[in-house]
Amino acid sequence: MCSKIRNITYINAINSALHQSMDKDKKVISFGLGINDPKRIFNSTKGLVEKFGIERVFDIPTSENALMGVSIGLAMSGMKPIYMHQRLDFFLLAMDQLINGASKWHYMFGGKVNLPITVRLIIGRGWGQGPTHSQNLHAWFAHVPGLKVIMPSNPYDAKGLLLKSIFDPNPVIFLEHRWLHNSIGKVPDKYYELEIGKAKIINKGNDVTIIASSYMVADAINFIKHFEKINLKISIELIDLRSIKPLDKNCILKSVKKTKRVIVLDPGFSFCGFASEIISIISLSLINELKYKPIKITVPDIPEPTSRFLVKYYYPSINNLYRSVCKMFNLKTNNKINLDQNRQVDVPGDWFKGPF
Amino acid sequence: MVYSLTNQDIEKIYKKFIEIRFLELEISKRYSEGKMRCPVHLSVGQEIVPSILSLFVKKADNFISTHRGHAHYIAKNGNIPEMISEIYGKKTGTSEGKGGSMHLIDTKVNFMGTSAIVGNSIPVGVGLGLSNKINKKNSLSFVFFGDGATEEGVFYESINFAALKEIPVVFICENNKYSVYSPLDVRQPKNRNIHKILNGIGVKSFFSKSKSVEEIYSTLEQAIRYSRSKRKPVFIECMTSRWLEHCGPNEDNDLNYRDIKELDAYKKNDFQKKLENKLKITYIKKTQKQIIKKINSAFKFADLSSTPKKEDLKKNVFKN
Repeated sequence: MCSKIRNITYINAINSALHQSMDKDKKVISFGLGINDPKRIFNSTKGLVEKFGIERVFDIPTSENALMGVSIGLAMSGMKPIYMHQRLDFFLLAMDQLINGASKWHYMFGGKVNLPITVRLIIGRGWGQGPTHSQNLHAWFAHVPGLKVIMPSNPYDAKGLLLKSIFDPNPVIFLEHRWLHNSIGKVPDKYYELEIGKAKIINKGNDVTIIASSYMVADAINFIKHFEKINLKISIELIDLRSIKPLDKNCILKSVKKTKRVIVLDPGFSFCGFASEIISIISLSLINELKYKPIKITVPDIPEPTSRFLVKYYYPSINNLYRSVCKMFNLKTNNKINLDQNRQVDVPGDWFKGPF
Repeated sequence: MVYSLTNQDIEKIYKKFIEIRFLELEISKRYSEGKMRCPVHLSVGQEIVPSILSLFVKKADNFISTHRGHAHYIAKNGNIPEMISEIYGKKTGTSEGKGGSMHLIDTKVNFMGTSAIVGNSIPVGVGLGLSNKINKKNSLSFVFFGDGATEEGVFYESINFAALKEIPVVFICENNKYSVYSPLDVRQPKNRNIHKILNGIGVKSFFSKSKSVEEIYSTLEQAIRYSRSKRKPVFIECMTSRWLEHCGPNEDNDLNYRDIKELDAYKKNDFQKKLENKLKITYIKKTQKQIIKKINSAFKFADLSSTPKKEDLKKNVFKN
């Protein structure tokens, strides 16, 4: 039987992975606030309860912390829970169970038990999401030993990595950017898993490496598309990390060893952030080989403001990237060039009409 | 209703009780040797509830407990040499030396772990119960915690979820009236009855003042029978008394956080004496001798066990 490959959205790729995981293994169960409500967590859980029943697909009380602990108990007894949240920020109520519990349970009990838990968290941006609906806290999760952290940038990776996460014997934090949900990509209908901890080179180049993850990959792709039209000499290598932890250090170091220049594009906060960690890893290995100091582009050490009149100054723009590359190669920036002209400050595209 | 107990029941309870008390006292006695280099929260004074409970527990039932978990581990027939080894930080410990006294586990008897964070293990026990329910198993999930944990948000989240989903969990609150050294009256309103909160939430609750073996036995029996037969959660609050310091091997009367008369009253109500009054001296002597031997050999096992090696440090961060 030949399997079809179709152009589908990120959210449909997630939906397909959820269906196929539950089909594959009866031990997989899904729960989260709103999982069976009319909106079905942005349609990602469409059809699940109808197909697998209320015992395996259930809505929950507004008790983020307890349900994380319940996930530990379920996972210890051989179940494979998928625990979902419409915003990462709500899940912060579950930090005790995640950090003091799930991340350490395997280690602190000498390997006697293990916890195959997948936590789906959605990160918001713009349209007034504001300070508490927009945080990219992957660096927090990655900081704690015992957690895997995944940030796919496209539908194909989203499906393959979600399936791999669900059947991974460890707790995995699976981070989806809300602005990627409507992005379209080629996705096989059939079941497939992608290895966790492998970055992907999206664009091959020799002169500078851009390292990105999640929605920042979309920004970087846009930038390269424009930049290639205005500059034919500089070739850019773009790495999509896909997995924050484990991190594909080999891929990063191999690329930067070749290009000798690096820009890290990260959706998280700048201070003590993930971009700083990447730069530290590169510097510790390759500091004497770099032709230009590493550049870090992140959101500032400031909460996301709600007003769109402020948020336009908040997120890194594609022009930021353009100016950074020019600086790196000592090129004059052309002030007439505005790579952000087709972008709206606070929505990913016309498909997004708010509110969430 | 208060039952009368058979002699056989009293004997079983006494055996468990002595196992817990003597082991805890031995840890207390040997602590200054400096070989048990981790915090210990001893259960001296709190033995009776787990000892009686052990009569109603099946091997397939799960236990989840707290930082003060030794008594529960022993009540569930956890491996004692491995427990002492764990406190010694040895490779043969329940958690290969990664957890210590506050992180005991013995999956062979379904003792599924303990947590050092107050209230933290409560939802884990609910998750084990939910798994039993989904997989149509008849076993019960027992969750132990103290009065302090009933002040944590996760406690309310967990009992609400258990009530909502009708999860067969036995919540056991051993109320020793202190969260470390802070008494109940600085933590909860006067005249609060913890077990009465549960009725409003929709979980049937039981209460024992823990004045007599028969009273505790009857309370536990009825509560567990209810949960087992109805496949519903149940909450039991039992008053208890911690004799030693919150954490460590010593008494703590010098701190003056509680009236010395309070401790004297606990000791007057000592269940070891109450049980011994019901037993023949020959049984008492025989049991104590057996248990002392068992405990000594557990310490010897821990002492002679090999230590974890450098390569063990990195082991089990992730499961491959």
